[in-house]
Amino acid sequence: MIVRIYVPKDATALSLGADEVAQAFAAAPGVEIVRNGSRGILWLEPLVEVVTPAGRVGYGPVAAADVPGILAAIAKDGAHPLNVGVVDEHPWLKSQQRLTFARVGIVDPASVADYVAHGGYAGLAKALAMAPADVVKAVTDSGLRGRGGAAFPTGIKWKTVHDQAASQKYVTCNADEGDSGTFADRMLMEGDPLTLVEGMTIAGIAVGATQGYIYCRVEYPEAIAALRIAIAAATAAGYLGGNVCGSGKRFELDVRVAAGAYVCGEETSMLESLEGKRGEVRVRPPLPAIKGLFGCPTIVNNVISLASVPVILARGADFYKNYGVGRSMGTLPMQLAGNLKRGGLVERAFGVTLRELLYDYGGGTVSGRPIKAVQVGGPLGAYVPPQHFDTPMDYEAFTAVGALVGHGGIVVFDDTADMAKLARYAFEFCAIESCGKCTPCRIGSTRGANVIDGLLAGDRPDEQRRLLDDLCETMIQGSLCGLGGMTPFPVQSALKHFPDDFAPRHRH
Amino acid sequence: MSSPEAHELAAVEAAIERFGQQPGPLLVVLHGVQDSLGYIPTAGIPRIAEALHLSRAEVHGVVTFYHYFRTHKPGRRVVQVCRAEACQARGGAALEAHAKSRLGVDFHETTTDGATTLEAVYCLGNCATGPAVRIDGRLHGAVTAERFDALLAAGESK
Repeated sequence: MIVRIYVPKDATALSLGADEVAQAFAAAPGVEIVRNGSRGILWLEPLVEVVTPAGRVGYGPVAAADVPGILAAIAKDGAHPLNVGVVDEHPWLKSQQRLTFARVGIVDPASVADYVAHGGYAGLAKALAMAPADVVKAVTDSGLRGRGGAAFPTGIKWKTVHDQAASQKYVTCNADEGDSGTFADRMLMEGDPLTLVEGMTIAGIAVGATQGYIYCRVEYPEAIAALRIAIAAATAAGYLGGNVCGSGKRFELDVRVAAGAYVCGEETSMLESLEGKRGEVRVRPPLPAIKGLFGCPTIVNNVISLASVPVILARGADFYKNYGVGRSMGTLPMQLAGNLKRGGLVERAFGVTLRELLYDYGGGTVSGRPIKAVQVGGPLGAYVPPQHFDTPMDYEAFTAVGALVGHGGIVVFDDTADMAKLARYAFEFCAIESCGKCTPCRIGSTRGANVIDGLLAGDRPDEQRRLLDDLCETMIQGSLCGLGGMTPFPVQSALKHFPDDFAPRHRH
Repeated sequence: MSSPEAHELAAVEAAIERFGQQPGPLLVVLHGVQDSLGYIPTAGIPRIAEALHLSRAEVHGVVTFYHYFRTHKPGRRVVQVCRAEACQARGGAALEAHAKSRLGVDFHETTTDGATTLEAVYCLGNCATGPAVRIDGRLHGAVTAERFDALLAAGESK
């Protein structure tokens, strides 16, 4: 009898030895290996799954040395110290609401047949049977807002592009997921790339674009490889190309590799970069939806936004918008990162609180010390103190406490964190990554780091503090894009919630 | 600077030939060159500019804008250490200091024997299981100082 064993090829699993584990299993007779994505239970990676009549039984975290023991257990009743039971029933996973990530970790990312067998391409089939304007309307009605962080209604962008009369339009996917503490884009591209391919195809059909580009960061070679394999497979199966599913419509897709500039996650600098230029921010207007890539109407959407489109089309706008709270509709794949016992990906409807994420899912810190602060929404997101941990994940609720949801990344720090150092790092990072086009960001970032140095050195601290407040305000008001305009957020939140950390330090 | 070496110019020509026809091709061509040589030779910039109908200044401006592109040959091995917040929250700063002292170089420097180039990166997307390091393209998670030394030693013995 052949035993089918899933060994993730997700980058986190690989970073913890998944290839060695796969090799060890492959060397055993009667074993068939499938390389899947990750279920997102990253604290159990490499999480190996064995297909049994009861379901896919997980073992993790597995090292190559554990393989003989696991093989012996499989041959008997499966009992083994690393056995975590049927993975679908695992409490960490079972309480999630996986819509966008429904197939991630389950399917073989390279197989169109497996994708279709798990409900893939149902959304595209519906879209092809609808008028393009109705596809746009479905996305608008679903309440989907840009998951890259700006939370702009996706349907409005699509409608603007749809309404332009142009001989050439583009769909571009922003996969320049540079925010620390975020890996949802990466996991989806590695684990279920065809969902992104399908979402972009639907976008193309809806707005009349024939060419798509996925702009993926160079730091994600595993995702780039998975995307290229998926695009080739979809093209071979007739889901991409000159005649999508026999509809007579054309949609082609290419992957473009970024080159390590954080600012290219800003949509207009991403377009500059796609055109082969320095990734400097463009002045808006014109909006990319009107004059985007190569001067043509262009959709710019994040990976998760586009990957949420297939389920919206397949199951309807009402199905999707019934998840969530207020104006934050649907689900958000949240990423639990940093100093947590149980880090990973949690997709839940908007409305789940930070506390549930940090303690029920995350299990508190891995260091065992109290949580001091969490940074939500990447390096430009505010530091949230424990008194705000009951805030629900909801764009408006986060704004009300001076924070942002962003791309849903949550980085946890224990009480050894030095908030002044982290605030200084925010400026330092901005200085490294500034495109240089506007002065508040280019100069302000370097000055900000200097001022914090002065503050900590006790050099006229009151004056430095006033200067720092003024500088933050100038950057917020005067920067061309979010890099300079939001770098003050982590700084101001650290100052507000942890003033003691900014007291002058005396060298011994 | 020394005169351009034939293999450098051959790599530049090959990348232009293969990728030069794509829309907005400059980054694609530069990736092609760096994939093959490990860096972008400054001597190749005039030829890239000519082939893509750009000025030398434009090509130079793009090469130097992006952190990923290098204009000098790296060491035989490239070690990237993540400096971003999620790794800092798991001991990244200590690992960074250890890596610098173990190799005796600062970021974006190469050891004197030409063996290893140390680079800073800002997020490898391995944020739940940091600190993260990528060595010659291979990602490693939960890297302690001891594990870092073991990974380096494993590379050296090859």
